[in-house]
Amino acid sequence: MSDPFSTAFSMIVSGDPAFMEIIGLSLRVTLSAVLIACLIGLPLGAGLALARFPGRSITIIVFNALMGLPPVVAGLVVYLLLSRSGPMGSLALLFTPTAMIIAQSILILPIVISLTRSVVEDLWGEYREQLRSLGASRLRAVPTLLWDGRVSLLTGVLAGFGRASAEVGAVLIVGGNIAGHTRTMTTAITLETSRGELGLAVALGIVLLTLTLGLNAMVWFAGQWARERLG
Amino acid sequence: MKIERDLHPPILPLRLDRAGFAVAGEKLLQDISLSIPAGRRLIVMGANGAGKSLLLRLCHGLIEPGSGRRLWSSGETRPLAQAMVFQRPVLLRRTVAANLAYPLRLRGMDRATCRAMVEQTLERFGLTSLSERSARLLSGGEQQRLALARAWAMRPQILFLDEPTSSLDPSATRIIEEMIAAFAAEGITIVMSTHDIGQARRIAQDVAFLHRGRLIEHAPAEQFFDGPDAPEARAYLAGELVW
Repeated sequence: MSDPFSTAFSMIVSGDPAFMEIIGLSLRVTLSAVLIACLIGLPLGAGLALARFPGRSITIIVFNALMGLPPVVAGLVVYLLLSRSGPMGSLALLFTPTAMIIAQSILILPIVISLTRSVVEDLWGEYREQLRSLGASRLRAVPTLLWDGRVSLLTGVLAGFGRASAEVGAVLIVGGNIAGHTRTMTTAITLETSRGELGLAVALGIVLLTLTLGLNAMVWFAGQWARERLG
Repeated sequence: MKIERDLHPPILPLRLDRAGFAVAGEKLLQDISLSIPAGRRLIVMGANGAGKSLLLRLCHGLIEPGSGRRLWSSGETRPLAQAMVFQRPVLLRRTVAANLAYPLRLRGMDRATCRAMVEQTLERFGLTSLSERSARLLSGGEQQRLALARAWAMRPQILFLDEPTSSLDPSATRIIEEMIAAFAAEGITIVMSTHDIGQARRIAQDVAFLHRGRLIEHAPAEQFFDGPDAPEARAYLAGELVW
């Protein structure tokens, strides 16, 4: 067996097609999930920040708790929903990238909702009187607050992206780690390591680490830029 | 510069009829009856906690009277032709121009009219060179100027100002006072609270003096500064500590 690091290195340099395909699928699944979670979570989180209704505290606590939802549990729930005997079994989505997108959306959604609520609630405290004075209703305040909180919200969205790209449990359960179809970076690492094929695992590990590092750099520099430009 | 204020029906005088406001049983404003006629400059005075800010918020419609009534002469509950400037202006995290456009767009003004109004306002207040700057990065004085410009662009018949210069230095204060005087000259009714007796003398035509949530004196400025009837107001003007 050759040194896994040199195998990994040659894979990265040559852009091995199977290796690239795995990265491509991972990014497609995770980015789609982030997009879906944002479309639902940003307005919902802002609504939760501004609305007053019985059970609001419980709702907030539940979403906060769900931020720590174990990926395998999210995977299991989606598996039960999509399995042939489940309520959505007729859609035949199990073991497809779509199923993985659904599962990851469920993982990211609580993060987006909770962080949005917290950011928007803080801003609302500051803006409330002024916005009312300017003539904005509560409902109209939602897009205003989301836009004015854009920098802090970006951090939350990237945190969601980080969580989804790093998790293995949910995509493994609902995707099935089928080569060329539902194999992502994390599921591939799991499988390759257990088979002793360390080259691909190390290469994917390097890509994942680079991705995490890049993301954090982006968050940092976006924050710096915003402080200078937006105040 | 011609401003079409006649688009709106006159909303003044504003009348408060035995208005009160309480939080958790504590009466913060009590039994306030007051009429604010059009075209006057009313200064609201009183010690900290006397209820100056609350009175302005009650008039402006940010809080509702728990007892008594607030009556605009147009019969509306909250007319659009009014604006308020706060002690610390809350500017949106956007450019200066976008801050001016925001309330206009809220009122359903179309894009072209809004752009023209923003440009006119920028020019009127010497803010054109700052128009693409981020509002949050302006100095305190510039921020308050922008807040006043934003209020002006809303074409108010009445403008409420809650200690608008209390966190500004003298030169910025002077600019703000000049703006207020210019607004008043255009016929905008001014209702402003302040701690600064010199400032009150410079601006006031009428003075309302609050003490522990009650309006204990409401008089023309000359009469008030010559010698108010209420002993608390006399003590306040003499620089004694009234609370």
